[in-house]
Amino acid sequence: MFRFIVRRLIVTVPMVLIVISLTWALIRLAPGNFYEGEKKLPASIEKNIRAKYGLDQPMYVQYGRVMGNILRLDFGNSLRYENETVNDILKRTVPVSAVIGFCAYTLALVVGITFGTLAALKQNSKLDYASMGLAMLGISMPNFVLGPILVLVFSLSLYWLPPARWGGFPSWNILLPVITLSAVYMAYIARLTRAGMLEVLRSDYIRTARAKGLTERQVVMRHALRGGLLPVVSFTGPALAILITGTVVVERIFALPGLGNYFINANLNRDEPLILGIVAFASILVLIFNLLVDIAYGFIDPRIRY
Amino acid sequence: MTEDRTPQVPTEEGRSTEPHGSGQPALTPRGTPQSPPVSTRRGDEIHAFPEMAVGEGDVRTVDEDARAVSGTSLWKDAWRRLLRNRLAVFGMVVVILIIVSVIVGPPLIKAATGFQYDTMPGDSKLTQSFPPFSSPDGQFSATHPMGTDSAGRDMLARVLQGGRISLMVAVISTFVSLLIGITWGATAGYLGGKADDVMMRIVDVLYAIPYMMVVIVLLAFFGGRSPLQQIFLLFAALGAVSWLTMARIVRGQIISLKNQEFVLAARATGVSTPKIIFRHLVPNALGPVIVYATLTIPSVMLQEAFLSFLGLGVQAPYASWGSLAQEGIQNIAVFPWQLIFPGVTMALTLFSLNFLGDGLRDALDPQMRKF
Repeated sequence: MFRFIVRRLIVTVPMVLIVISLTWALIRLAPGNFYEGEKKLPASIEKNIRAKYGLDQPMYVQYGRVMGNILRLDFGNSLRYENETVNDILKRTVPVSAVIGFCAYTLALVVGITFGTLAALKQNSKLDYASMGLAMLGISMPNFVLGPILVLVFSLSLYWLPPARWGGFPSWNILLPVITLSAVYMAYIARLTRAGMLEVLRSDYIRTARAKGLTERQVVMRHALRGGLLPVVSFTGPALAILITGTVVVERIFALPGLGNYFINANLNRDEPLILGIVAFASILVLIFNLLVDIAYGFIDPRIRY
Repeated sequence: MTEDRTPQVPTEEGRSTEPHGSGQPALTPRGTPQSPPVSTRRGDEIHAFPEMAVGEGDVRTVDEDARAVSGTSLWKDAWRRLLRNRLAVFGMVVVILIIVSVIVGPPLIKAATGFQYDTMPGDSKLTQSFPPFSSPDGQFSATHPMGTDSAGRDMLARVLQGGRISLMVAVISTFVSLLIGITWGATAGYLGGKADDVMMRIVDVLYAIPYMMVVIVLLAFFGGRSPLQQIFLLFAALGAVSWLTMARIVRGQIISLKNQEFVLAARATGVSTPKIIFRHLVPNALGPVIVYATLTIPSVMLQEAFLSFLGLGVQAPYASWGSLAQEGIQNIAVFPWQLIFPGVTMALTLFSLNFLGDGLRDALDPQMRKF
């Protein structure tokens, strides 16, 4: 187990650095500069700006500086929000995205697993068809369509919920973004659970459990779910990567001050330190999660050894 | 629950029959089966986005199995099975309808009402958003069945034109991803050994990075020069990030094929390695490739819409469903039809494509072909 973790880290740490290097290279290869506006700057001012941000140094020095910053997890000041460091911005925005993402994924797990299991237990029943049809709808409905429709119904017509903005953690404001974000995951998890359960329910150890005379409830809860949920567990790794993309849209729709919103703004502002900081943060997070998922796998499925 | 599987159908489900304790674990740490995955079910694979849209583990009925054995050709047989799946037929019909209407729709509308997707009415009183089926004086009128956008442009023409771009980006990007995925997967699968190890490890690692962020950076920094260039950038960027699962699927297929006699025969007669891969192996692995390509299209479409929605994808004067939705959301409270029509059209298209892909998967399941 320990060797497995070390081996994975040896592969993944360089991967984070490669992703960041790639991002940095893209930013640097792109024509234009963050300080250039409509008007051309006088040469002396341009020279001063380039000196201030170290753009006059050779490329390898700049690259070395960026890599050094990342290894120290200190990305410097944002170019746009000049009196804030990237770490300040991360501290401010990550909780917002994390709350939305965590609530959405939890909701998706609860609803998805429940309906997926029920659908598998009652295969080809009305409930099965209904939940799988809804799941397909959830997969096909882009969240930027679902979100505004929810706003239109619950905020602008019924006046039940606030349409946008951040209102702190336990507030009604997060309900619509969370539902919007979780719809896709709910759908995937329901489908994965159903598929996994259908397969497991046919396996020998379930027949043994039934033959032992366990109640259906015990068979499902103790034996089948454990194997049937493996696909859901392995989905959690990639899901996080997609969750990050999803939060970008949801934060845009609901005007939430989260990581995704800042990431898009940083791109539009050509705010290099902030972009690199967010990409680094997201990559590290995703890699850690994938590692955790692989470890969790070993605990859930005793057949897997590292 | 188990009644639909009768004893003569082998009940091995991959996992339960994997050799245990033979030095190799039954599953790799990622939960994928050890190669060769010939005897395993697809449900054991780890999934990228669109593939999860498939209901793995669905049980085939016995008469389907029996039919596959009787002499009909694979494609004819698959076609018949597809036609029996009502949802897949529904999906196919809707997809065909949408493709036909985005192709012939815009010229028809132009002929009927004189509106193109970018036609703005000359009268300044008309350059505002009217609800569906209404004329400027509030009466019923069939001129604008989907209403008009804030500049008085016909929404129907815009939605159809947007569909052209959305579908085109999706199809071309999927094609790009097919090229990369097939080449990568087939090469890895055929070469095997160290090369396979390294190539598939790269795929594993790429799975785990938030690549959409890199795509956003790419589009934000390199895009915006010209609208057409932006679309080409989209093809490349989306194609370059959606080939991973394709590579895995093709590799699995190639591994199960490469020890067949026809490959041995080809090798014995001195056919070169690239030729064996692309002339002999890849055509035989086409079934799953087609299925997965059908499922990649909606996922790429979603990604394109997502980027366009953020203002990084398709740009004016071109429009896609994503960029139409982005324009629409700004006026959601007053002119909801500006968002709802492109949004719902897109959702319907994705819905149908997913059902079609699902049906194709069931019809063309590689497990059906007993070699």
